[in-house]
Amino acid sequence: MTDTLQIDRLEKRFTSHGRAAFRGISFSVGQGEFIALIGPSGCGKSTLLHIMAGLSEPTAGTVSLNGEPIARPRSEMMFVFQQYTKSIFPWKTVLDNVRLGVKYHSGASSQEMEKHCLEQLDLVGLGRYPNYYPYQLSGGMQQRVAIARALARRPKILLMDEPFSALDAMMRVELQDLLLKLWTDLGLTIVFVTHDLDEALYVAQRVILLSASPGTIAQNIAVPLPYPRRQIETRSEPEYLRLREHLFRNMVAQVMAGRADVP
Amino acid sequence: MKAWTAFRNSRAPGVVLLALLLVTWQLSATYWFKSPTWPTVTRIFEAWFENIADGTIPGHLIATLWRQMLGYGLAVVIGITLGLVMGYYRLLYNLFEPLVEVLRPIPGPAYLPILVLFVGIGHEMKVTLIFLASLFPILLNTYSGVRSIDRVQFDTARTLGLSTLQTFRELVIPAASPQILTGMRISLAISLILAILGEMIVSNDGLGYFVLLSQRTFKVPDMYAGIFTLALLGYVLNRLFLMIESRLIRWHTESSGRT
Repeated sequence: MTDTLQIDRLEKRFTSHGRAAFRGISFSVGQGEFIALIGPSGCGKSTLLHIMAGLSEPTAGTVSLNGEPIARPRSEMMFVFQQYTKSIFPWKTVLDNVRLGVKYHSGASSQEMEKHCLEQLDLVGLGRYPNYYPYQLSGGMQQRVAIARALARRPKILLMDEPFSALDAMMRVELQDLLLKLWTDLGLTIVFVTHDLDEALYVAQRVILLSASPGTIAQNIAVPLPYPRRQIETRSEPEYLRLREHLFRNMVAQVMAGRADVP
Repeated sequence: MKAWTAFRNSRAPGVVLLALLLVTWQLSATYWFKSPTWPTVTRIFEAWFENIADGTIPGHLIATLWRQMLGYGLAVVIGITLGLVMGYYRLLYNLFEPLVEVLRPIPGPAYLPILVLFVGIGHEMKVTLIFLASLFPILLNTYSGVRSIDRVQFDTARTLGLSTLQTFRELVIPAASPQILTGMRISLAISLILAILGEMIVSNDGLGYFVLLSQRTFKVPDMYAGIFTLALLGYVLNRLFLMIESRLIRWHTESSGRT
């Protein structure tokens, strides 16, 4: 497995109060890997993902993609935001939202482009809704639009910032399975930020646990559960439960340590 | 009971009230309060049709509409353009915002004496007056609309690799359009007020001129006919605007739950 993303001694300080959100973060993401980043709120996991995407600048350290430092968003890496109601433009139809990522970058004819975008909608199960407006869709469907739009640009890597946290439990389960299917079928690399330990363990091959602020890497552990994962079976496997307990204890310890540090 | 509910929920109550007021007016002018300053409604309608038939009111209406639309149109183009760049570029905002805040509270009519000095009393003066008074609501609403665009939406545009121009086209203008249209609607009413004011002060055509001239020459029914025309004009303009607005931003009204 070759590394594609290298995160090297990354540090972020907030300019307003000079406090570090996180520091000394180093890890690498191999091609085709599915990594979950978890941690207590305020550990800077979302900020970290924004920096990896080139949407924000680190105070120190580097992020590089295939050895090349990242300074701005790159088309091989697409970002999926938590706030789909904003990220999906409400004045555009589903199809136009998906098309937005490719219309200025592809030399294809408009028919080819439309066909390509409709294919992406099919992949996320929205093939019958190209002409709907976002307000006519449920939250889960809106986030599917965001995923289809990201896929339309043929990315190698998806960076996902708590993409399912605003959804209800059933939709979340559905989207987790959809994401796993896309990951397998399309050979994507995924970095997935979540505050939900169960979600992290269910989807990822590796879980990176950040400590409370300033965030550092507290754990970086493999999840040796076989794919395809199944909502009920996987979640009852002894290995799953063991890892869950281990990570949960660690996470609680991080939260407590974070509280003790607060003056 | 059902009929009552239907009545209550329709536009009918307002129409009935309007009709009742006109009837009361007619009766009061016929029986109780006979005065040249208070002509009957039928007399006013007569005067109205005469003035329409001989082309007087249509001529003045066109004069008013023409200068209103020139001033308003200029305010729309310049207000939106300036508002978009002010909302987008922080430096331009910090540069112009204090100036706007100082100029904005000046009531439109207060520009008139200055304009008379610089532009004279002709057509240009009135258009400039309308323009200045209509500019600020559009400008303010446009830049505050742009400034309230969520960070996530700009980040989305960046991850999709949109250039600045593409970001304006795909994100900034549509996202700010509900507020831009609000500013445009406020200014539409203001532009009519200033057009009439300018015509009342110095002009030889336009509805404002017609109303004032009728009053001064004791053609009271004509004066009321002119005012009725203005009421109708204001109503029609606002209706037209609302129609266009609801087409342009259906996504907004639908998604914010308004009907």
